[in-house]
Amino acid sequence: MSSVAHAAHSTRPIANTRSATGMATGKLAVWWVVASEVVIFGGLLASYVMHRLAHDAWSVQAAHTNTWIGAFNTMVLLTSSLSAVLAHQAAEHGDGRKASNLLWATIAGAATFLVVKAFEWTEEITHGFTITSSTFWSFYYTAAGLHATHVFAGAILMAFVAVSARKNLELHRVELIGIYWHFVDIVWIFLFPLLYIAK
Amino acid sequence: MAEHVAPAHHEAHAHHEESWVRKYLFSTDHKIIAMQYMFTGMAMGLIGAYFAYVFRMQLAFPGISVPGFGLVSPAKYNALVTNHGSIMIFWVAMPVLLAAFGNYLIPLMIGCDDMVFPKINRLSYQIFLISALVLVASFFVPGGGFGGAWTSYPPLSAKGQYNLTPLGSTMWLVAVGLEFVAFLLGGINFITTAMNSRAPGMKLYDVPMVVWMIVVASILFMCSVGPLLAGAIMLFMDQNLGTAFFDPDRGGDPVLWQHLFWFFGHPEVYVVLLPTVGIVAEIITVFARKKLFAYRTVLYTVFGTGVLSFTVWAHHQFIAGVDPRMAHIFTVTTLLISIPIAEMMFIYIATLYGGSISFPTPMLWALSFIATFLIGGVTGIFLGASGADIYFHDSYFVLAHFHYTFFPITIIGFYAGFTYWFPKMFGKMMNETLGKIHFWGTAIPVNFIFIPLFITGAMGQHRRIYNYENFPDLANNPLFWQLSHIATIATVVMLAFQVVFFINLFVSLRSGKKAPKNPWLANTLEWTTESPPPHGNWAELPRVYRGPYEYSVPGRKQDYWPQNEPA
Amino acid sequence: MSEHAEHAQHAPINYVRIWGILVALLVVSVAGPMLGIKTVTLITAFGIACVKAYLVAKNFMHINLEQRFVTYVIVTVVVFMFLFFAGVAPDVMKDEGSGWVKPAWKAAAAAAPSVHGGPSH
Repeated sequence: MSSVAHAAHSTRPIANTRSATGMATGKLAVWWVVASEVVIFGGLLASYVMHRLAHDAWSVQAAHTNTWIGAFNTMVLLTSSLSAVLAHQAAEHGDGRKASNLLWATIAGAATFLVVKAFEWTEEITHGFTITSSTFWSFYYTAAGLHATHVFAGAILMAFVAVSARKNLELHRVELIGIYWHFVDIVWIFLFPLLYIAK
Repeated sequence: MAEHVAPAHHEAHAHHEESWVRKYLFSTDHKIIAMQYMFTGMAMGLIGAYFAYVFRMQLAFPGISVPGFGLVSPAKYNALVTNHGSIMIFWVAMPVLLAAFGNYLIPLMIGCDDMVFPKINRLSYQIFLISALVLVASFFVPGGGFGGAWTSYPPLSAKGQYNLTPLGSTMWLVAVGLEFVAFLLGGINFITTAMNSRAPGMKLYDVPMVVWMIVVASILFMCSVGPLLAGAIMLFMDQNLGTAFFDPDRGGDPVLWQHLFWFFGHPEVYVVLLPTVGIVAEIITVFARKKLFAYRTVLYTVFGTGVLSFTVWAHHQFIAGVDPRMAHIFTVTTLLISIPIAEMMFIYIATLYGGSISFPTPMLWALSFIATFLIGGVTGIFLGASGADIYFHDSYFVLAHFHYTFFPITIIGFYAGFTYWFPKMFGKMMNETLGKIHFWGTAIPVNFIFIPLFITGAMGQHRRIYNYENFPDLANNPLFWQLSHIATIATVVMLAFQVVFFINLFVSLRSGKKAPKNPWLANTLEWTTESPPPHGNWAELPRVYRGPYEYSVPGRKQDYWPQNEPA
Repeated sequence: MSEHAEHAQHAPINYVRIWGILVALLVVSVAGPMLGIKTVTLITAFGIACVKAYLVAKNFMHINLEQRFVTYVIVTVVVFMFLFFAGVAPDVMKDEGSGWVKPAWKAAAAAAPSVHGGPSH
């Protein structure tokens, strides 16, 4: 079964093919990655919330974040999550080509998100809201920046998976990168109200 | 489930002769990566030990040029103590106890051929190596190494005009951040491998305790380092971009850093403690020929300790102005957490009771761990009580407490594990005589280093001062200087005895007696393969039939019962 | 591999439908502040965020189909974050305490315009 296929395909150790928990190793690993990322973002966002609650006056600065751009980007990420899970569905049915196309659509969503953000930040910076203007903006750029870094890195990894998937190889990875991607989406689901709505 | 024993698999990717570079520098084999971590950690340990020698000489003989270093200015002193602490925790304890022993032992003890993600494993070491190089490089940049203490509190650490090491402080921060990333990657491998790749027949309660401990330690690390990673990003920005996350004048809060740091910092001490506790479990069961007393109790205690370790962190901040009501809560949780740890030590003593005990070098180390760590733990009680801590905080009493815990964890734990698994790792036996000389020359002097420091701490000696001649209460007290001298002389003596270890290492590697597969007559799976194990560990992967501690089972002729022997 | 067996068990989810619900919730959360009532805004903003996160976790990440411990691990780390907040907020959120004061915070609070009654946009 898979062991021979794996042996022929790569130098994957036998350890990788075992599954005492009943869960594939790759998936198990991705969930642990998600858990460790929760605490990274959690620490940052908890720190932000503490400061925001204590500094009522930050609402003056916060008023300058653009809710419409934020909402648009949220929509983009939600849609990219949709394409990611549809890619997973396609991969489950063995359709590597379709999965690959959907992953590239997700990557396009990521690119859109980053481009929009670049314009958004340029707007804000040229209006004088730099990272040092006030601690609100420091948190704003740091939190959104850390998130954007994860979007970027995720898109790169996703591209590798998409290339393999097109050749019907490593289709299980479509689900794995999807889990990471949905997590990145969930972080934004919380960042959006924090930075754009509950000003 | 997809487990199988398949010799054919190895033929499919038979490793043709690899160049030295491929085999040793870019290997993905967990045993090689373990050795890389081990020897990098040992090298960093030498640097950290050298720093300790230098600053102890300065403390005992202030203003006198230290042989092998020179004059110790206040700035240099700060850099020495900062980097001694940082190195010993992040670049010695973590790589040696967690990464090296974890990498080496986990696949072997659970009966598989490698970690589940060998390439990520290699990447984690490479990132770790870069972090070590960045740290060492920081000593040579203008301004020198960071001098703001290993805890790096802002505003001292955030503002170059305060710490006078703007480049060094950023490099330190980058090095620490990279080290965290390396261990996050490594942790994924350990947890996933241990959870999924166990040999057929190895149920969760058949897993050797050291593997459990390393896995729990990895989980603790992964769940606690996040906020500090976020904090490190924030501090980096404060240092280099002029943000004000930790600057109260501009809307930040320096105490936030303290919380971010210690939320990780406290679980971190358990991250390094647990592997050593696991190593000691393996050793005492083998050399007492006795089952581990209450395996499940130890396991559940460790889980409980792990969870509890997230609730004690602010005992490091009792006098930082934290809300006194929070101080009450943290006092209670801190005193509570001493209970499970003490319980584990008592379980180890119960394991020894009635056993058929022998005293080869690894056993000596394991026993001295229990004794020394108990002293360290007990002295923590004084510090965990916020009232007493008002006096003790930032004194040498704290320093003596954590050295009485960290030294057993890091140094004694390392030697215990290294002398125990040396035959497996290198295929040779270590010299017992040299081992015992080294042991006594280390384990005795360490008490003469730190007991004096408990006393001077109680006398009022503050930490992180380069010259106590400026403190008349201490400087005019001859007892203070006597104790300081004893501590320094003991340090030099102890460091000198480490030479015996290195002699033993080289002599044994070159001409030690060839080690059999199972020189200690132990049960766990690593002893069923060659010494050293080949690539892939076994030609045919083992199957497990029982737990790891079936020693002196009544009715059996042999006093041990390997896990892979069919019933 | 084993994962195919796991997923064959769930009833097919209409992912597009879930996406539609998510977008609708997004619209509500954007509209919330327009009412101008702070409590409503907070509920729509964060309550909806929690609902959206749950929908993504359940329907896109299939967390409910994974082994139980996955949920326990994720819930545990989230709880740790609340624990962190609980332990740190009493210090960070105050502008004075046991023997210390943050004069700049006090000054900023005094100088701040009154911002009660709904965030501006």
